[in-house]
Amino acid sequence: MSTATVGVSEAAAAPPVEAVKEAVIRIAGNSQDGIQAIGGFLARLAGRSEQDVMTYMTIPSTISGGPSIFQVRIGSGEVHSSGDEADVLLAFYQHSYEEHIVHLKKGGIVLYDADHVEPKPDWELEYRHVGVPISGLTVEAIGGTTRDKGKNVYALGLIAKMFDLDAAKLRNLIGERFSGKDTSVAANALNAFEAGYSYSVGHLLNTFRFVDSQRRGIKQVVMNGNEALAYGLIAAGVRFGAGYPITPWTDIMELLRRELPKYGGMFVQCEDEIASIAMALGASYAGHLAVTGTSGPGLSLKTEALGWGVMAEVPLVLVNVQRGGPSTGLPTNVEQSDLNIACFGSHGDCPRVVLAPANVEDCFYTAIEAVNQARQYSVPVIILTDQAIATRIEAFEQPKLEQICQQLTPDFTPVATFKPYDLSAPNGIAHHRPPGTRILDGRYPIASGLEHDEYGHPTASAKLHTLMSAKRRKKLQALAAQLPPPKLYGPPQGKLLLVGWGSTHGPICEAVDRARAMGESVSALHLKHLHPLPNGLEQLFSAFTHTRVVEMNDEGVYGYGQLAGILRARYCNPKILGINKTDGLTFKVREIVQRVNAEVVDGMQKY
Amino acid sequence: MSATLTEPAPPQATVAAPDPTTAAAAADRKPLTRKEIIGDHPTWCPGCGDFSVLAVYFKLIEKRKLWHEKIVTVAGIGCSSRFPYFLQAHGAHFIHGRALPFATGLSLARPDLHVFAFGGDGDAFSIGGNHFTHTARKNLNLTYVVMDNQVYGLTKKQTSPTSPLGFKSKTDLWGAVDYPINPMKQAIMAGATFVARTSHTNPAHVLQMMEAALDHEGFSFIECLSECVEFYQGAFDASNPRKGGAFNLVPAEHDVTDEMAAYRLAGEPLPGHFGIFYQVKRPTKNALEAKIIKDVREKFKGLEDWQILQKTFDRMN
Repeated sequence: MSTATVGVSEAAAAPPVEAVKEAVIRIAGNSQDGIQAIGGFLARLAGRSEQDVMTYMTIPSTISGGPSIFQVRIGSGEVHSSGDEADVLLAFYQHSYEEHIVHLKKGGIVLYDADHVEPKPDWELEYRHVGVPISGLTVEAIGGTTRDKGKNVYALGLIAKMFDLDAAKLRNLIGERFSGKDTSVAANALNAFEAGYSYSVGHLLNTFRFVDSQRRGIKQVVMNGNEALAYGLIAAGVRFGAGYPITPWTDIMELLRRELPKYGGMFVQCEDEIASIAMALGASYAGHLAVTGTSGPGLSLKTEALGWGVMAEVPLVLVNVQRGGPSTGLPTNVEQSDLNIACFGSHGDCPRVVLAPANVEDCFYTAIEAVNQARQYSVPVIILTDQAIATRIEAFEQPKLEQICQQLTPDFTPVATFKPYDLSAPNGIAHHRPPGTRILDGRYPIASGLEHDEYGHPTASAKLHTLMSAKRRKKLQALAAQLPPPKLYGPPQGKLLLVGWGSTHGPICEAVDRARAMGESVSALHLKHLHPLPNGLEQLFSAFTHTRVVEMNDEGVYGYGQLAGILRARYCNPKILGINKTDGLTFKVREIVQRVNAEVVDGMQKY
Repeated sequence: MSATLTEPAPPQATVAAPDPTTAAAAADRKPLTRKEIIGDHPTWCPGCGDFSVLAVYFKLIEKRKLWHEKIVTVAGIGCSSRFPYFLQAHGAHFIHGRALPFATGLSLARPDLHVFAFGGDGDAFSIGGNHFTHTARKNLNLTYVVMDNQVYGLTKKQTSPTSPLGFKSKTDLWGAVDYPINPMKQAIMAGATFVARTSHTNPAHVLQMMEAALDHEGFSFIECLSECVEFYQGAFDASNPRKGGAFNLVPAEHDVTDEMAAYRLAGEPLPGHFGIFYQVKRPTKNALEAKIIKDVREKFKGLEDWQILQKTFDRMN
């Protein structure tokens, strides 16, 4: 908890109130306890209070039950990551207490359910322990048994009191959350909240109050990355989607299935991954740019059809929410190990576009960018997110929807003549005329997976294959030339440049802040456009003595991760090395700083 | 309120090229001639049964006055799947086994088009077997014609999923040992709402089946026996009167809505019967999805898309 300079309240009678700029609260329990729900309430409260927020959660890959955590970092300033160490640990069970106390700051507060947790004397010396019989008091407040729901909301009441949170706003959030259900459900939840809120933790420890946010007057929305991506697709005008359930992509398809009919669109649950990309390509070919998506194994299955999209030059958006691989791998853990398959998967020379959003807000805007690139360049675009960004909740400025939302209306205007694969098109960029378009000279296009002539008819001509391969490649080169150069975080020259992509943006920036505060010369570069890469990166790299690519994937047979490999291939730069990890968890800021110190700053003499 | 997938805005007309889809323009337009719909010269071997299916498809387009821009032809991979190249109209040559899900996307996104999918027995029942089942049960509004030659032709004589037991091929030197798939049984079982059998040797009958399939609302499946003269010559002689066989029509008293009766017809050995085995009315996925959209949109009447999204975001702060 970073204490602000505001100082401590001097009210004599009430327990002391400490002003804080931010706090990290870790809630540990079992997956069916509703801890995601209270984490969600806290995150949304922060959003409504113009604060910044980031959450982090783990879910077991078991069907029901199993330990689960939800961590919320709320700040009155900018929050880059979900925080390395918690200020408060809320532990529902002995195992939650024992496993997660290592994530608590020394001197931090353990708020535990005294009905289930037996504190350890050693730890009581190191951490402030506050025991509340949460299970029993919840039953007292709302009836039922200790196995029933409600203790999560009771605990929320405790936290609300502890941090002097806006109880009125929380009551509204609870009411809204249960509005669709039986009125007794909302009443019970509110009763549990009131009981927790009125429990006196004040005699046990001081309470806290967040200093006012610096973001006055910004209207925020609060959602996770999967939601932001799905709503971004809707804002971009996508009205057809097809998919197959697979964790952690499933939320996106569920949301689109529910929401698209409101906009006159539909989402189809298919028999398998291959059918879903085939169906999306069918709809795209028909003139309605479509989306399909998946995670890990599903991307492997989709790559043949992806190649057809590249060959036939049919636009498509393919979302891949990365999880640990290979094979079934780690379904509920994060990894950035699908970059190579995203950039190169599918047989043959198969140029496609790959984008990776940096945070939840970026998921929304990346979806729109992907749609527009797919349409503009008639090419499949892959959006690479990951399990961490998919499930974490952030608050961000509400998009200006009236300006942003697009209508994509297919154009069936009759044309005099049409070549779908016109070799003379500038930069090779030709656009499809969907079926339904009358072509007055009577020559109709075929969308073809065979190498073809300019009308889409098969050819075995070696010359045409060379020309068409170049055409498909030139489109991406033209796109690369249009991409904005990525911005450096920190000064444009120095000793070390950290390069990242995707969801590691937050921890990398925070690591740079921390290292610079310690006097190190470190900057960061975050790449969103991974294929094609923007032009001009070599100049950025050359201003630094060392480059380390921070990635959640294995260092590989040759000693560097997947993006590092691509950058080395592109720039022939042996200075490009990696900082990699494969523990299935997001990077902690501390981990990056330690690796930077160990490998570069302290080890500088070695180079 | 904007157009929806299921109720699209009418195609835009321009001064230079008047909208051909209006009734007046359509009345002025002459039906397409065979010459206008012929595409590439087929790459099939001389004598291949697929030629007659293609000829019937041309005839269907002429007879039913289907405009170039109102139909779309889709196929996967195989000899017969070359179909889209051989006619002059919008078409897509997709990947092996996946013509049906591609056609499904097309059909759902474009209710104004007639979607025809063509393929062979390997494409439909081996690599694409899963999709056949699910397209049938979803009752998509499209026509699927499988030219069944009971052998892999494009890859030169390997056993196909419909090859009879004992059929000798390069992958079954001692004769096929795997029990063959019965396409008609498979279609009935999967929930297809139109299931018909015909043979390339009787083009008039093929046309009759194609017309009935075109008029059927829902997934219409036609198994068309189509001889591979190169790798399985004489496969269907028993059903060809010119080779001493018998082309028996489905008995007049057969009830096409009787699933068990259809199943029994499907189980008959060659030559069996030809015609519509099974036909029932069941709502198409196209219609069911359109209804979901219509019902949901009732609640958002008069709102622009961005306003609908704004309402959602207002609850997410």
